[in-house]
Amino acid sequence: MNSNPPNSQNTNTLFDTRLKTRYRWDTAFQTLSWIAVILSIVVLAVLLIDVFFDGLPRLDWKLLTSFPSRRPEDAGLKSALVGTIWLMILTAIITFPIGVGAGIFLEEFSAENTFTKIIEVNINNLAAVPSIIYGLLGLQVFVRLLSPMTGGRSVLAGALTLSLLILPIVIVATREALKAVPDSLRQAGLALGATKWQVVREQIFPLALPGILTGTILALSRAIGETAPLITLGALTFIAFLPSLSLEGLQTPFTALPIQIFNWVSRPQEEFHTVAAAGIIVLMVVLLAMNGTAIFLRNKFQK
Amino acid sequence: MTTSPFPPLADAGLWRTTRTFSKWSQRLIVGLFGLFALVSVLTTFGIVITLVVDAAGFFNEVSLFTFLTDTRWTPLFVDPQFGIFVLVSGTLMTTAIAISVALPLGLLAAICLSEYASPGIRKWLKPALEILAGVPSVVYGYFALLLVTPALRAIIPGLSPFNALSAGLVLGISILPLVASLSEDAIYAVPDSLRQGSYGLGATKRETIVNVVLPAALSGIVSSFILAISRAVGETMIVTIAAGLNPTLTLNPTVPIATMTAFIVQVSLGDAPAGSLAFKTIYAVGLSLFLITLTLNILSYWVVRRYRQKYE
Repeated sequence: MNSNPPNSQNTNTLFDTRLKTRYRWDTAFQTLSWIAVILSIVVLAVLLIDVFFDGLPRLDWKLLTSFPSRRPEDAGLKSALVGTIWLMILTAIITFPIGVGAGIFLEEFSAENTFTKIIEVNINNLAAVPSIIYGLLGLQVFVRLLSPMTGGRSVLAGALTLSLLILPIVIVATREALKAVPDSLRQAGLALGATKWQVVREQIFPLALPGILTGTILALSRAIGETAPLITLGALTFIAFLPSLSLEGLQTPFTALPIQIFNWVSRPQEEFHTVAAAGIIVLMVVLLAMNGTAIFLRNKFQK
Repeated sequence: MTTSPFPPLADAGLWRTTRTFSKWSQRLIVGLFGLFALVSVLTTFGIVITLVVDAAGFFNEVSLFTFLTDTRWTPLFVDPQFGIFVLVSGTLMTTAIAISVALPLGLLAAICLSEYASPGIRKWLKPALEILAGVPSVVYGYFALLLVTPALRAIIPGLSPFNALSAGLVLGISILPLVASLSEDAIYAVPDSLRQGSYGLGATKRETIVNVVLPAALSGIVSSFILAISRAVGETMIVTIAAGLNPTLTLNPTVPIATMTAFIVQVSLGDAPAGSLAFKTIYAVGLSLFLITLTLNILSYWVVRRYRQKYE
């Protein structure tokens, strides 16, 4: 048997390679996958470029320095831009300590028990709850229940709602950043007689900070793009003043860039759509700046 | 005069064996941070309680049976009808259109990024995807209403200015980066030894991807799909802006419809007084929405746990 040379006809039936056809399928599959990537990128690029040219005629200084108006040629997003900056700063102040603290607790201090397991599952679940549900929560808790403190549909109520929305993201980012710090550093610190908290404060946290900041900035950029929860709070109102820089300022009604854009998009007049496109450019520039900072931080400190 | 060979230690004050103080400050901090971690649990409780309490008020006035079986949804009319199925069908239609765009394109893009693209291209495309995933939904709403609908109207003559088709298509585009990015993570995590083994047995690259790599990454891919569906169900601004606010029980994607999320926005835009039936209605709809997405999340969790392949 072994002495016989392999019969080509036999091998073909037993071990049919059909290489030509198979390679043809390979090429087709590869081409298809490249088409998918290129198509996705091209569609998104076309959309973004189109909105850029739509908004360009109205993208001027006046847009940034005028209040909303009934006349499209006068309409601007001064109050919306200021409102977004307020929301961003307040949300950062509320979220950063709570999110980072919770992340440090879960990663460094908590034992592996049912309690932490529940918190973990719970955080994963919260990250997938639709944002509009947070709006319903905020409407009931921050706008109605805590209205003596927040002043009803105020910028503070908005910031608290957005904080709850992005808290899971900040917690997860903090944990990932802490996980990336090698354990040997913790053991070295503990061996020198430091307490766990001293090790975390002096050694681990500074090393994890760039990662934590990256995650927090990305979460904040998600928060300032959110429209639905703020609308649910009842924030879609005509605001032609700026909140004062005081504690009372926190309790004043507000508007924000995405809300103002939504308002303009949903009007029938075409001139307002142009203003909306210009508003979108401003919003995208803010977001790109934040994302750029986050990516810069990540690249700079990544080892 | 004797001079010390060493400069005085600036940090010498740090070396104090104040164990009691250190221990108590640690206890304080751990307690505080533990409370912060509890905030997330409280959020869940808050969501469930607000939704259930107000929805309970709604179900006092409208029976659950009517809510689930009525085929009309006209809560703001003089003679209100509450058939949630009308809104659910709107959500299902936009979601179905969205995932038929996002899942195939997203998976193919993920395969391309992980298996075919060179590391240089991947390094650029991956952050680009993450940035695209962060484009706010109100921007996509603008695209759907003012770019995609007019373009589609040139092709489909009977298309209404507000319709489920363009809202669904743009919804699909908006969740595509999420699908691509998460699936890519799962595919990229498949160890190279599996690919080498398959090549060693004589398989081509496509055969390796389809028969070895994708099955190995299946749990991650499926859970990214489920997450994308859950995102599409909960997405609000695109469908509010582009799909119309017209609750209709239909399978026709060219007419205006309303989704669950769009209805909540519609009521929020008008000032429904607290305690009114219209106000309670948004909580009943919110509860239904929450239950749908919760089911999807649990499903995704289960898929990952049940089918995850572990490699070293």
